[in-house]
Amino acid sequence: MSILINEDTKVVVQGLTGEQGKFHALRNRDYGTKIVAGTRPGKGGEKVEGIPIFNTVKDAVEETGANTALTFVPPAFAMDAVLEAGDAGCDLIVCITEGIPAKDEAKMYDLLKINTNTKLLGPNCPGLISPGKSNVGIMPHEITQEGNVGVVSRSGTLTYQAVHELTRINIGQSTCIGIGGDPVPGMSFIDVLERFQLDSQTEAIVMIGEIGGSAEEEAAEYIKKHVSKPVVSYIAGVTAPPGKKMGHAGAIVSGNKGTASAKIEALTKAGVNVVKNPTKIGQAIKDII
Amino acid sequence: MNLFEYQGKELYKKFSIPTPKSTFIKSQSEFPSNHGLSFPLVVKAQVQVGGRGKAGGIKVASNDIELDQFIDDILGMDIKGHIVESLLIEEASEIINEYYISFTLDRSEKKYLMMLSSKGGMDIEEVAENSPNDLIKHYISPAVGLIESDVVTAITNAKLDSEYKDQLLDIISKLYNLFVDNDCDLVEVNPLAITSNGVSALDSKVSLDMNAEYRHEEFQEFEKDIPIPDSEKFAKSKGLNFIKLDGSVGIIGNGAGLVMSTLDVVVEHGGKAANFLDIGGGAKAETVTAALEVLETEDDVKSVLINIFGGITRCDLVAKGIVEATSDKELKWPITVRLDGTNSKEGLEILEKNKNKNITISGSMDEAARIAVKGGQ
Repeated sequence: MSILINEDTKVVVQGLTGEQGKFHALRNRDYGTKIVAGTRPGKGGEKVEGIPIFNTVKDAVEETGANTALTFVPPAFAMDAVLEAGDAGCDLIVCITEGIPAKDEAKMYDLLKINTNTKLLGPNCPGLISPGKSNVGIMPHEITQEGNVGVVSRSGTLTYQAVHELTRINIGQSTCIGIGGDPVPGMSFIDVLERFQLDSQTEAIVMIGEIGGSAEEEAAEYIKKHVSKPVVSYIAGVTAPPGKKMGHAGAIVSGNKGTASAKIEALTKAGVNVVKNPTKIGQAIKDII
Repeated sequence: MNLFEYQGKELYKKFSIPTPKSTFIKSQSEFPSNHGLSFPLVVKAQVQVGGRGKAGGIKVASNDIELDQFIDDILGMDIKGHIVESLLIEEASEIINEYYISFTLDRSEKKYLMMLSSKGGMDIEEVAENSPNDLIKHYISPAVGLIESDVVTAITNAKLDSEYKDQLLDIISKLYNLFVDNDCDLVEVNPLAITSNGVSALDSKVSLDMNAEYRHEEFQEFEKDIPIPDSEKFAKSKGLNFIKLDGSVGIIGNGAGLVMSTLDVVVEHGGKAANFLDIGGGAKAETVTAALEVLETEDDVKSVLINIFGGITRCDLVAKGIVEATSDKELKWPITVRLDGTNSKEGLEILEKNKNKNITISGSMDEAARIAVKGGQ
């Protein structure tokens, strides 16, 4: 088993005709992911490298049985795209788009929650991969290996770093998930931890956080109560100065809130092994399993 | 982006939120003799740092002589490292009561948060700490919006003067509209005052969500008047996310998390980063060239570390950018490069073939950081 996606996942790509959408969708297909459709209003009936394009997600879902949407739509149109995929009945929406206004993120999260059962991963995230089964997003699959460690992270490239450290010493992954670094991410650490805890393939968990917000502290509380599998963690931004937004809209230390030390303390208290350097993640997992 | 008080109040006026009558000046000579304001007048330093009142940045003038004196005193004043370059001069209000109100996005609840308190005019974090019952929190569903009856309840629970209920209700809904329609990260009024002339927003703290810049022309106008280092301005024009720091190892990376982590690892190896520079996702060769150009304008940089883990970013394009910026060139500092992820093999090949002699290629983030720190010593 893996979580959220598997070999049967059928993906419709929103924005397949764009440069990024096409590059990554084809890469995912080459990996074995079932990319069954793309959407682009006005381009219905066309094909991109053999993948049929539909005007709407609803058409794509009805024609191809797609159950997961992968969104590369630009920020100004991303909220509408996500809501459209929700209305069309997708189980999961993976929103890669970076730079969506926070109000749009808050609104789309709220509307999806009120009106649908759809789960949203992202926005501003690298997506997720279950090695050997499916890659829905922009993660470089070359660095992954099928195995038993679940990886969840707020940062895209830092997810790759962590996965790389595992694969390098021959430790495979069950599913690797980037939840995104924006102020209103869809799925939270807790949503993912809950699934890793239930997943029979996952034996240990790597959780990568960063400064800003309180998602790591909330995750620590959850781990203490509900996660029996071993967790290794790394928090980025220990040396970041307060008051400076470190790239991610969410990564800012304001006052005494959101500091790395508060997060590290909370996680350590929950029994999590917090490493100080991302290159130590692999060894820390190896010591456990 | 945090706005100055006067900028926030410009927005207030746009949304018909009552503020004291005022004028904004950058020099004494700008102050019109026929200003039409009535004494007493409050002279307020426009700086983006708390505690300006205590530092002498706010003074009340009761006549022209005092006014001239205070304008002269406060312009150019250094408040915690911020030089006062402009003033807001506004009519003093006869204050009956001082309240607090703010709208923000609560990230854990994923809802908007309205906070209301009868204890305005003081540090709200102290109120939250010492008398949490005096701070009323109300969560607003972004899909549903602000409901009037909820505001009435909040006004009652916060024990605000019920005589002013209608005026408060009006100003609170206008502040909410500003918060939502204008894509603000924060709208805070402290104090929101009951004055002899009714309810008035005496201060303003507004922060804008720059992701929404594309749908608000005025964001750029505000941005022009906010002082940021030239290097940050230049980086922004090139689409880079750059923040100046005080060390000597120049950092270029992709993705906020990886760059933050690179800063940390540099510190672990005994160095200190000169900057945070994120080339973002899907960077092209020219983005990388521009990133190196930005660092060239920074005198403090002694060594450069390029740490790339390609996902949506392709290492071959990054390598091309590095080559374009460095081949046939005398480099100011040694560069250490680490490339992993999407198309890293192709990227490393390009780099090896056209490598400047001052570039070192490293196979791991940890080692690259160590080399870069050493190279700058």
